[in-house]
Amino acid sequence: MNKAIVSGILAAGIAFAALPWLGAPAFWESFLYLLFHWIILAVSWNILSGYTGYFSFGHGAFFGAGIYGTAYLAGTIGWPFLATLPAAVFVAAALGVALGAVVFRVASVRGELFALLTLAVTFVLATIILNTKIDGGPGIYLLGVDIPKLGPSPSASLYMLGLVSAVATLLISYWIYASKFGSGLFAIHDDEDVAEVMGVPTYRFKLYALAISCGLAGLAGGIHAVFISYVTVSETFSITVPLSVVLMSILGGSRHWIGPAVGAVFITCLLYFFTSGDYAVFGRAMVGLILVVVILFMPTGVLGVFTNWRHARRKQQVMVEPPPAHEGVEGQAAPVVRLAAKPVISGEVLLQVRGLTKAFGGMKALNDVTLEVRKGEILGLIGPNGSGKSTFINVVSGHFKSTAGEIVFDGKDLTGMDAHRFAQAGIARTYQIPRPFGQMTVLENVAMVGMFGGEGMSRAEATRQAEEFIAFAGLSHRAHVLPEDLNLHQRKFLELARALAARPKLLMLDEVLSGLTPSEINEAIEMIQRIRDRGTTIIFVEHVMRAVMALTDRIVVLNYGSMIAQGNAVDVMNDDQVKAAYLGKAHA
Amino acid sequence: MTLPSLNLLLQSILSGIFIGGMYSMIGLGLGLSWGLLRQINLAHFGFVFLSAYLSYHMVSVWGIDPLLTLLILPPFFFAIGVAQQWLLSRFKISPFNSLLVTFGFTVMIESLIQYVWTADFRKLQSVYGEEKFKIGGLFVPVPELLTLLLAILFAFGVWAAMRFTDIGKAMRAMAEDGPIAAAFGINQRWLSLMLSGTCVALASIAGVCFALTFTLTPTQIFSWVGVVFAVVMLGGLGSALGPLVAGIIIGVSEAIAMAIFAPSWAPIVSFSLLILMLLFRPGKA
Repeated sequence: MNKAIVSGILAAGIAFAALPWLGAPAFWESFLYLLFHWIILAVSWNILSGYTGYFSFGHGAFFGAGIYGTAYLAGTIGWPFLATLPAAVFVAAALGVALGAVVFRVASVRGELFALLTLAVTFVLATIILNTKIDGGPGIYLLGVDIPKLGPSPSASLYMLGLVSAVATLLISYWIYASKFGSGLFAIHDDEDVAEVMGVPTYRFKLYALAISCGLAGLAGGIHAVFISYVTVSETFSITVPLSVVLMSILGGSRHWIGPAVGAVFITCLLYFFTSGDYAVFGRAMVGLILVVVILFMPTGVLGVFTNWRHARRKQQVMVEPPPAHEGVEGQAAPVVRLAAKPVISGEVLLQVRGLTKAFGGMKALNDVTLEVRKGEILGLIGPNGSGKSTFINVVSGHFKSTAGEIVFDGKDLTGMDAHRFAQAGIARTYQIPRPFGQMTVLENVAMVGMFGGEGMSRAEATRQAEEFIAFAGLSHRAHVLPEDLNLHQRKFLELARALAARPKLLMLDEVLSGLTPSEINEAIEMIQRIRDRGTTIIFVEHVMRAVMALTDRIVVLNYGSMIAQGNAVDVMNDDQVKAAYLGKAHA
Repeated sequence: MTLPSLNLLLQSILSGIFIGGMYSMIGLGLGLSWGLLRQINLAHFGFVFLSAYLSYHMVSVWGIDPLLTLLILPPFFFAIGVAQQWLLSRFKISPFNSLLVTFGFTVMIESLIQYVWTADFRKLQSVYGEEKFKIGGLFVPVPELLTLLLAILFAFGVWAAMRFTDIGKAMRAMAEDGPIAAAFGINQRWLSLMLSGTCVALASIAGVCFALTFTLTPTQIFSWVGVVFAVVMLGGLGSALGPLVAGIIIGVSEAIAMAIFAPSWAPIVSFSLLILMLLFRPGKA
């Protein structure tokens, strides 16, 4: 958290708060109120949709829940206005949580499908409100609602409420952006499955983000109900709200905490400028045109362009320095990386897998596999293509849920748990095809895992330690670039650094050597040895037999999902079944 | 809640089938470009309305027979579709961003309509407008019947083209895996231009049907988005016959809901169906 930013937001808030007492014309109060209104809506939308990438077209539903919360309570049954606002927040947030609790369980409802679903929810809610006692059809008048005096004039009261809410929304948005929670949300945006495997409790995080987002939209609705003083279903639940907030956020930059606010100010001013004259139609057409132009030429928004420009500048600076290539890999200058310190092979069982089965439809990718991994050893897992090695890693990292069997790790039964529990218990993995978080720098990628994997460090601590792991993997000179700028070898090493940053008790390496040149393989073998020397247990999946022979203490062979042999390297290689699996049976 | 008479119920079911024809006529092109081009073309709705207004204008101002506009308009809209696809592919737009860009187009089309024809209600008056005949106590309005027949004709026509012609097969291959299809010699660029043109031409035909049946006002564009999306998703993206079946299912269930409860409850049927579809049949959607 940057204190200057927080005090900046507060100072701007105080400056605006002085306005009603300076005798500004009422026009300014209502115009600025509308600015605040759209800032709250756009920024709150962004907390779920911009940060996690779950684009919602249902913001109108939550805004509408707030409007009707206040309209019904204040207008129909006569609650005092201020008391209805917490109720509006609560109703909207509760609606969001109820929706999220169902929708976020269905893994395939992402992207455009999520957008559609939330749009449909808006229309369902509108129909229900229209046809029940809440509205009933004619709309609700709120002219009789008493507005408490919060400023020199009644219109100043709503202005002050809007201002306070907008300041609070910006502070919340910034706080999330700069927190560990925010890192988790951005990881969900980039690759949700990997985020979960790296220890982010994705379901819970999405639900929290949705609740905050909806609650703030409900607040904006509650205030706005009294501002417009006559609410109808068709106006409240029209497509205007969801589309405007999407447009504002995209325009300003949806990956930035203040981006949507920038977009909100721009669009509101633009619309105001046009609709105040005789050009309302042109105003709308302009908004359409701007949307098209922005998406085509600036898909990351104003602040996105700014962030990219900063990345590019950093990259150039780094290029100027002589790259300290592969520091640490040569062995002498390796920085001290404190992985879980344990003596080499103690004989104690770390991972116990019993009867593990994973079926995809009728196909058993893993069939009744029972094995143990002891503390401190390197277990080689080999087998022909399609034998179930990657499935094994996917199941033991929690990425897939097992069909049958149990997984006991370090005394804890992890069977059937969500993947982030596996990560928190101390299991880390690499992906055969590297899957870095695309919009995070190398440093952020590694720090992310430190925050959520294993014991879970604070953001500052994780970032500090991430630098050590990046140095260990020889990527220090690339710390501030995005993964797309790395070559394959560097991406593989980023995968390693990221897995190590979790300080795992068990590290599963899925073909880290494939695609590397012979000299790069040598580097990697040395590095894996040094990881083990620091006490990390390793499951090593590999086709490069030279590396398997050099590194492993024990080998397990899979074929068609079943374990066909285990033991030391030489015995396993001479096993008839193993030979048959690789080379086919001899026709005698 | 009172149960309506049998005759009224049958009449509602019939009008449900007719409105289903309208849904599927609009949904056909939308679903094709969504499933095969991976674009959610919101502008499809804008094109439907633009075509509806144009045919209104041709009939009311220039006195052209409405059925003739069915032949005049599609070529123009085909060209618009090609141009739009050229623009979108030029910038390599992601499916989600295609939604936003085409929303921008829709807003511009809406403004254009409002500028030219104002926000007043417009109704195409033609010889076919009030034509209806009676079969066994049920009224069959001609414009609706025409819409339904066109919807059936085009659904089967597109289905046959996709299934039996080389171009259709190439399109399905392209939708399955573009780069691989390209490696086997399919000209992806040309195909997607043609496909987008076809989809927008289908939108213009839907627009003429729309003008024959409904009263026009520009703000109505967005009120059709939800239900047609529901139809397209229920029918299956990229499917030709799916939207027809789904359109009739949704149309009839809405009509029954209207007859039994109240007309204002109708949207809840299609949107609840859409939500359930998204949650429980996501693999196919």
